[in-house]
Amino acid sequence: MSGEKMLLLGVTLLLLAAAGADPSGSAASLRGPLHASAPPLRLLPQPVPEYGAPGVASARSAAEATVGTGKEEREAAEQQHHGGGYRVVQWEWSYVQTPYIIAIWLLVASVAKILFHFSQRFTTVVPESCMLILLGLVLGGVVLLASKKQLYQLDPSLFFLFLLPTIVGDAGYFMPARLFFDNLGAILTYAVVGTLWNAFCTGFCLYAAKLLGIIDEQVKADLMDFLLFGALISAVDPVAVLAVFEEVHINEMLFIIVFGESLLNDAVTVVLYKVYISFVEVGVENVQTADYFKGVASFLIVSIGGTLVGLVFAVILGFITRFTKKVRIIEPLFVFLMVYLAYLTAELFSLSAILSMTFCGIGANKYVEANISQKSRTTVKYTMKTLASIAETIIFIFLGISAVDKSKWAWDTGLVSCTLVFIFVFRAAGVVGQTWVLNRFRLVPLDKIDQVVMSYGGLRGAVAFALVVLLDGERVKAKDYFVATTIVVVFFTVMFQGLTIKPLVKWLKVPRSTNSKPTINEEIHERAFDHILTAVEDIAGLQGYHHWRDKWEQFDKNYLSKLLLRKSVYRKSELWEAYQKINIRDAISVIDQGGNVLTSARLSLPSMASRASFPEVTNVTNYLRENGSGVCLDLQVIDNVSGSKVEEDMETHHVLAGNLYKPRRRYQSHYSRHFMPLGEKERQDREVFQRNMRSRMETFKSTRHKRHKKERSLKKVRTHILVLKNKM
Amino acid sequence: MGSSSSSLNNVPDGQQLMQETGFSAAHLLRLYERFKFLDKDNRGHLRSEDFEAVPELSENPIGDRIVGAFFLPGQETVDFSSFVRVLAHFRPTEKNRTRAGAQPEPANSRNRKLKFAFRLYDRDRDGKISRTELLQVLREMLGMQVTEEQLQSIADRAIQEADLDKDDAISFDEFRKSLEKVNIDHKMSIRFLE
Repeated sequence: MSGEKMLLLGVTLLLLAAAGADPSGSAASLRGPLHASAPPLRLLPQPVPEYGAPGVASARSAAEATVGTGKEEREAAEQQHHGGGYRVVQWEWSYVQTPYIIAIWLLVASVAKILFHFSQRFTTVVPESCMLILLGLVLGGVVLLASKKQLYQLDPSLFFLFLLPTIVGDAGYFMPARLFFDNLGAILTYAVVGTLWNAFCTGFCLYAAKLLGIIDEQVKADLMDFLLFGALISAVDPVAVLAVFEEVHINEMLFIIVFGESLLNDAVTVVLYKVYISFVEVGVENVQTADYFKGVASFLIVSIGGTLVGLVFAVILGFITRFTKKVRIIEPLFVFLMVYLAYLTAELFSLSAILSMTFCGIGANKYVEANISQKSRTTVKYTMKTLASIAETIIFIFLGISAVDKSKWAWDTGLVSCTLVFIFVFRAAGVVGQTWVLNRFRLVPLDKIDQVVMSYGGLRGAVAFALVVLLDGERVKAKDYFVATTIVVVFFTVMFQGLTIKPLVKWLKVPRSTNSKPTINEEIHERAFDHILTAVEDIAGLQGYHHWRDKWEQFDKNYLSKLLLRKSVYRKSELWEAYQKINIRDAISVIDQGGNVLTSARLSLPSMASRASFPEVTNVTNYLRENGSGVCLDLQVIDNVSGSKVEEDMETHHVLAGNLYKPRRRYQSHYSRHFMPLGEKERQDREVFQRNMRSRMETFKSTRHKRHKKERSLKKVRTHILVLKNKM
Repeated sequence: MGSSSSSLNNVPDGQQLMQETGFSAAHLLRLYERFKFLDKDNRGHLRSEDFEAVPELSENPIGDRIVGAFFLPGQETVDFSSFVRVLAHFRPTEKNRTRAGAQPEPANSRNRKLKFAFRLYDRDRDGKISRTELLQVLREMLGMQVTEEQLQSIADRAIQEADLDKDDAISFDEFRKSLEKVNIDHKMSIRFLE
């Protein structure tokens, strides 16, 4: 039970810290970075007299502070009072204010994550997103009580410029491209047709409800306003889908369909939103038929344009990474920059930024991963996942906080209940209808259970909230009602559906993700199947999926790869790369089991009889570790291979390294900004090591099955360490 | 175009093929048109030269094996029924099939698809994929991109993974077992659109 106690204790401390942080800061939504140039005092809600010492003024103005800073303020004021002279310690609050607040919030978000995982029972039942929203609610309440007004809110520009691209960029870059394109038909159908259906039906029915009087008279909205609201509330949200589905582990096909839909419906949402906003501004009467056509044209431009921008950046990125051999250190930077620029450029031209970023990631992934060094690959992977995870945490906490601010919303029961009912009903109806049509074209039809999961998985999230907050309160008079409804809808989907989707999936016996290690047989035969199907299509005279896929592969091999891949990489075969990955993964698991593999392997490596080569072997081991983790769709899961074994490996490794030899280090310290030693020798060592690992496979193959029995391997490692220690 | 039933009469054994393979009349008709197109000399059957006339097949690394699969052992020609029967393997699987006990297993079942693929590897038809046969396939698929030694490693590993009875060859059961996680319905089916 200590888990729960720690949790409670931690949450209390967290609340105190948050309450302490807020009053000492000035009132600011996190739009700090955008307004860095403006003097901090401008962000304050009430005017403040300026003093000589910069820090004192802002400290003074947040005079409602109840915790902590009171004394310091007085001291500072006294110091000021004494006038002139040299101040030994100064309170430079306004100087560090913005980055400090940002850092504190990131810290709060991260510590919150740690605390949640203290209690095992909670984490298995309640999804993390739920708890983050609840935490946000509590924090919001605390801040409200402490300073009588809402200081923080989910700012739309912060969201759209920084938080959303992080998550979408990570998702797009690691998207399994083959699976995505195999199901592209279904994804596009749901994204375009489904979203349009949802938007129009919801809008029209809400208007009908208003006419019928179910919605109160106070909600001053007419058809255009309701259509606008329908457009922004009907899009499935990628952040929410990722957050909820990653804990459920359904099979990959279902996940990619729902998630792909949430990404690709951005174009539809963007166009509908912009079109209706302009209609609302102009007024219903002034809308001409030409405008409707313009809307359709706009959709095509936005979606295709966004995709093209993304692909252009993908090509540029691939091309750049071809030449980064001498500047390995900044390779990850290129990846982040280009993907982010793809997003911003699309935003610049009012195209679909999410589409741009997604296709940039999908397109560039293959070439970038082949071109950059192993270390850069790891860096990119971990950095993206870390940033995306933090962005997700912040989004949910701020969703919770924003909900508490009563001044921003107005409640109407009719609107809220109608919206909830409509989005469910139309989502289900839409999914069923589209699936019926799709199943006549699909190879693997989607059955009823799949449809239930897809309807239930149509989660709304922060994108809808950001869009509704962006509305102009003057033009859309019912904005406050819409805000309240959106908050309720988002909370409901993320929390209620998030909580219940796991038991639902279990009850329906939905096929889960297999998460199995790829085997060489699967790789070989799947490639053979591709060739077979292409040949059969050619013989039967059908220009089907495989025919075009094969044509694309030929084009890629003959032109694109030549342009974008490094010469040394271009010659390698994919199957060989896959084989190496599998071999390496097996080698790691063999090492996991019995630490003595390391020493006996050392002895038989031809060039490595000398003690001085020990650090090289450890280098290889590190290389093996990094290379071993597999591809996965989850935001949170980074390491698929060793998991909890990593600590034991490290222990073994350190013990062995520490107790066995103190070899003369042949490699000097690697820490250099400009030079990363990597070359022929390491590759040769790898090859030799692998060859020996293979011959060892027989001996250890029988023990491979016991890999999952933690106690046994633990015992083995421990006894081995003891044996070693006794030998000393 | 004419009604499909009357055109179906032109197709040799049309009704029987429909029942046997599960192709619809429209599909069968389309395949017959294709058969006649490939049969340039109008003999009523196809020879291997006719297959080689299909342009993209020459670029396919295992194209000749697949063509070989159309020919029954010992035969030099392919008539329309054989043509259709082989293609029937690639129809998408139907999920709910009510099978009377006496009916033979349909051509597009998972088992039959796997058996078709197996026979592509197992050229000498001894029921096992030996190491040499596997090496041959790998060589064809990978060609110039890898060295002989690398090919040997891959083949070694493949056999080690799949070979459960340690006879240094992969039998059909072992083959099927090694692919149990793969969605064969997806990977070995094509859409025969109208």
